[in-house]
Amino acid sequence: MKAVRELLSKEFLQIRRDKRMLPLILLAPVVQVVLLGYAATVDVKNIRLAVYDADRSSASRSYVERFTATGYFTVIGYVDDPRELGAVLDRGGATLAVHIPRHFARDVGTGRPVRLQLLADGSDANTANISLNYAAQITAGYAESIVTERLARIGGINVPRVSAETRIWYNPDLRSANYMVPGVVALILMIITTTFSAAAIVREKEAGTIEQILVTPIKPFQFILGKLLPFTIIGMVEVGLVLGVAVAWFNVPLRGSVALLFGLCGLFILTTLGLGLFVSTISRTQQQAMMTAQFFIFFPFLFLSGFTFPIDNMPPVIQTLTYGIPLRYFIEIVRGLFLKGVGLEVLWPQALALLIFGVGILGLSVAGFRKRLG
Amino acid sequence: MTQELHNEHAVVVEGLTKRFGNFVAVDSMSFNVKRGEIFGFLGPNGAGKSTTIRMLCGLLGPTEGSARVGGYDISTEPDRVKENIGYMSQRFSLYEDLTVEENIRFYGGIYGLEGAQFEERRQWAIEMAGLRGKETALTRTLSGGWKQRLALGCAVLHQPPIVFLDEPTGGVDPVSRRDFWDLIYNLSSEGTTVFVTTHYLDEAEHCNTIGLVYAGRLIALGSPTSLKSKLERYAIYEVVSENPVDAMDLLQKQPWVAETSIFGSAFHVSTDASTGSDAEIRRTLEQGNIGISRIQRISPSLEDVFIQLIAEESEK
Repeated sequence: MKAVRELLSKEFLQIRRDKRMLPLILLAPVVQVVLLGYAATVDVKNIRLAVYDADRSSASRSYVERFTATGYFTVIGYVDDPRELGAVLDRGGATLAVHIPRHFARDVGTGRPVRLQLLADGSDANTANISLNYAAQITAGYAESIVTERLARIGGINVPRVSAETRIWYNPDLRSANYMVPGVVALILMIITTTFSAAAIVREKEAGTIEQILVTPIKPFQFILGKLLPFTIIGMVEVGLVLGVAVAWFNVPLRGSVALLFGLCGLFILTTLGLGLFVSTISRTQQQAMMTAQFFIFFPFLFLSGFTFPIDNMPPVIQTLTYGIPLRYFIEIVRGLFLKGVGLEVLWPQALALLIFGVGILGLSVAGFRKRLG
Repeated sequence: MTQELHNEHAVVVEGLTKRFGNFVAVDSMSFNVKRGEIFGFLGPNGAGKSTTIRMLCGLLGPTEGSARVGGYDISTEPDRVKENIGYMSQRFSLYEDLTVEENIRFYGGIYGLEGAQFEERRQWAIEMAGLRGKETALTRTLSGGWKQRLALGCAVLHQPPIVFLDEPTGGVDPVSRRDFWDLIYNLSSEGTTVFVTTHYLDEAEHCNTIGLVYAGRLIALGSPTSLKSKLERYAIYEVVSENPVDAMDLLQKQPWVAETSIFGSAFHVSTDASTGSDAEIRRTLEQGNIGISRIQRISPSLEDVFIQLIAEESEK
């Protein structure tokens, strides 16, 4: 084992000496989690609203005020011509446009049906959908308030009302950050450990030092251990850093056991190091290794793991595919631990899947690496 | 150890073959390397020299055949083989981002050297490579010759009885090349068996035994002197002519000429020793109206041997 220790200390010496590597290892994950924590959000806020008010009454003004009162809408301007609403949407100046017809106040007052027009920029389907939902709720609320007001004026009539009291569990404010940041932790752990371990091995190939080591009595598994152990340690340090940012900066609740989280990170690292080793055996240069990792591992993992798109919304065939993506299980584990605070009693199937993937991928990669040598 | 002591041969190769798909890189090679000698593996690029050395070092498994290095079978006892060899390739496999000292420490550590023994070997390597005072220099800042000597030092830190050097002087200036051969002589004089591949013919002259490799086959084996004596049935003439290209063309057509080849400003003609003569060459060229300024019989160089043997091999 002295040989492994020797390899380890050499590896850390090289990492310390590489002026680009150290900041990359320590700073990049923190920067990434901060950037992604803000950018990877599906919250819809600051919806830009354009208004054409043909009625110019206090009723129409109070209707528009209901939009701004929610905090989600900003009125970017009133237009004088209904055709201009289309132009504003075209320019991307507004996400939503509302057309209030003439006689709005009169019709509301006399109880005639009122037809409003809402125009949404559907090029971003998600935002359009959510904005229209908000707008529909606001309109319904406005209508209800009129009814209640008039009933109150008439007095004495009780209208039966059914209402649902909703409570949202785990992420009551429906903050995107709470959902996305734990996923970002998983993503960073995967990217860092896979690329660094692959690069570290391929670098020895490029320099020819791998041959020099393999003519020594050192065993291939000792070499692999000496190469992968440093990145296991670094991976764990990164998890700590990124967790710190998630909790301290984004106030993401970490409700589950921190020890269990680290333990399961270790389980996931088996898979990522195995993938890194595999990439290193099929790549001759570091560039090749990076490309291979990006296109054949990171992209499919990113899109099929449930990190970006909810798996439940995918067509059945694709959903089946996601079971072959180890990151999928780890994302479920991380979100479960962060938001629900559950433990192994719930997460054991995911943990088991990770164990199987980890042992399988690492085992095959080690075998492949040794075969390449022979 | 006893097995080694009683064994006259450091390397025994029997029918060693390596195929990559349909390509035969090494074609049933058999030869022995005596203990303590400098054994030169000579041949053009792509002849199979490196593949052979890589098999002997346990980096590559043979397709067929067997070999024993230091008394251990390369297929069944690769770990014992690795304990007994040092290996250095043309790439001077050092860590460029580590210092001289750190490289020595790392390779020493991997070979399990410790304490006083390590300290002694460390001093030896620094002294041998001429790097005293440069211990803390980053390896990437060293010139080719220094890197080469440091690489050799790292490869033999554990004092292996057998050293394999794969094109160790590639890309190094002539002075460094000569210095390096002094180091090889030193190793050999201390009893180390040195197995070295090269495509420099002048380097091959320094070897006790030369194996000539061409297209994966060993086409000749022996000391430089004995290889040259293979050309006894040929007489070799050095000719200086104003029109060497036409002269060579013309001579090549004569039945008594075996081979012509250009050598600097002159060219060499190998003739059948019984039928060819300088008078014959002179007469032939005069008939072809090609003037010659000098003709002289010479003793064959290794290059002549090399060219002749490869020509014979190609004809087969």
